[in-house]
Amino acid sequence: MEPAPETAPMPPIEPLLTPEPVPAEPATPEPLPPRGVRRHHWIVRLTHWLNAIALTGLVASGLQIYEAFPHFGQKGNVYPVPNPFDMYVFPRWARLGGWLAGGLQWHFALAWIFLLSGAVYVAYLLASGEWRALLFRPRDIGPATQMQLYYLRLRREHPPQGKHNALQKGAYTFTIALGAISLLTGFAIYKPVQLWWLTALFGGYELARYWHFIAVWLFVAFTLVHVTLVFLVDPASIRSMITGWYRGRFPSHG
Amino acid sequence: MGEQRDGFSRRDFLRFGLLAGSAAAAGCAWDGGPLLRPKLAAVSRMNDWVGEHILLSDHRLAPQWPASARSRTMPNYHIADSTPLLTDPAAWALSIGGLVRKPMRLTLPMIQELPRVTYTVPHHCVEGWTTVATWTGVPVRAVAALVEPTADARYLRFDSFDRNGQGVPYYNGWDVKSAMHPQTILAYGFNDRPLMPEHGAPVRLYSPIKLGYKLTKYLTAITFTRERPGGFWEDQGYPWLGGV
Repeated sequence: MEPAPETAPMPPIEPLLTPEPVPAEPATPEPLPPRGVRRHHWIVRLTHWLNAIALTGLVASGLQIYEAFPHFGQKGNVYPVPNPFDMYVFPRWARLGGWLAGGLQWHFALAWIFLLSGAVYVAYLLASGEWRALLFRPRDIGPATQMQLYYLRLRREHPPQGKHNALQKGAYTFTIALGAISLLTGFAIYKPVQLWWLTALFGGYELARYWHFIAVWLFVAFTLVHVTLVFLVDPASIRSMITGWYRGRFPSHG
Repeated sequence: MGEQRDGFSRRDFLRFGLLAGSAAAAGCAWDGGPLLRPKLAAVSRMNDWVGEHILLSDHRLAPQWPASARSRTMPNYHIADSTPLLTDPAAWALSIGGLVRKPMRLTLPMIQELPRVTYTVPHHCVEGWTTVATWTGVPVRAVAALVEPTADARYLRFDSFDRNGQGVPYYNGWDVKSAMHPQTILAYGFNDRPLMPEHGAPVRLYSPIKLGYKLTKYLTAITFTRERPGGFWEDQGYPWLGGV
């Protein structure tokens, strides 16, 4: 538990002690370097967009596959799991593959991109030490609460933060875990006999298929919040995720 | 605020639009078109290789369920417009040939004389549903021991008297490793009774390690081959291995 320098535990309600410029003051602009600050390594940018494309296709082909049996449980013995999409056929524009076989081909091809880019990304985080700025740990609970108070306008000053604030850490840690769970539940329903122990871990084939489907909606919810916040709070971060250079409101968090 | 607009240049918008566009094109029920379809098929073959050589065990048995776990119903399915029936069941015999030293024709009583296996297992359909049933039959490996496949036999082709409205017959190709799995059987019993016509009578292929569409019903012939046989659904794009 050695604390990383930029995320040293702070007393939660001590805004006067902020060591960094508080970014919520547009009246005092920071002198920016001409190209901004270097923010994202090319591995992060490449795997981010590979994942964005793969995940979109995986969800769309997954909805195509779901169409073949839009229930959970055994045939003729549907489980009483909550599913607002029971018997629902997703619109054509939301599906990929045209029919079940096409959906399967897309799904099992894009899964490779998802798996490999996810593995490269996590390996990069570990090797570079950047995981320290991303992993949500128990000590982030206090700062996350302060950040939430700030967003709810119950706190005036933007709490101090490192590269990411505590809420962001929570969101990114959650989504990486969600990616891992999607892969594991995917393998559990892909090879439920060869990988029976994995399938059993998720409560059997029917439940593993259900968790796999739930993960879709968690990804969709994450993406909606993620994209909304990018455009509302920090549109300049889009550029930094493409070129690597950041010239926006939060340069000190580069 | 003007600073932010500078920060996200027109060129970046173009790049972002390209990505978003390609992601959107992913929808709309697109099958990949003539350019991507062969690539998708090639990845599917690679997944077959991984499935057969890395994920498939030739001795691990599928977990068996108690007979009390049987589902109330077992969906029946064939490609013919109505349930395929033999005009003269007594004349039926299964031909086993191809790359074997002792080609044979086995009648139903001969098949029922061979070593018998019974198990209660979940059936996995490619559509995503399962049902639990009990199956009884002779392991394919026991039949292979009788006909003695040659060393260059790498695949098995299973033929059926089920045909669709255009007269196209149902058939499947299997890898030897899956076919010789101890739970891969020529089934003639279903839930403690003789196999019914809707489930593939008189004899069908069954195995808990494959998806339902690999389990040829209404068997007529088994052929050991050197080249990889296709399959009725596999030829249309379904995964060839179909292992679970």
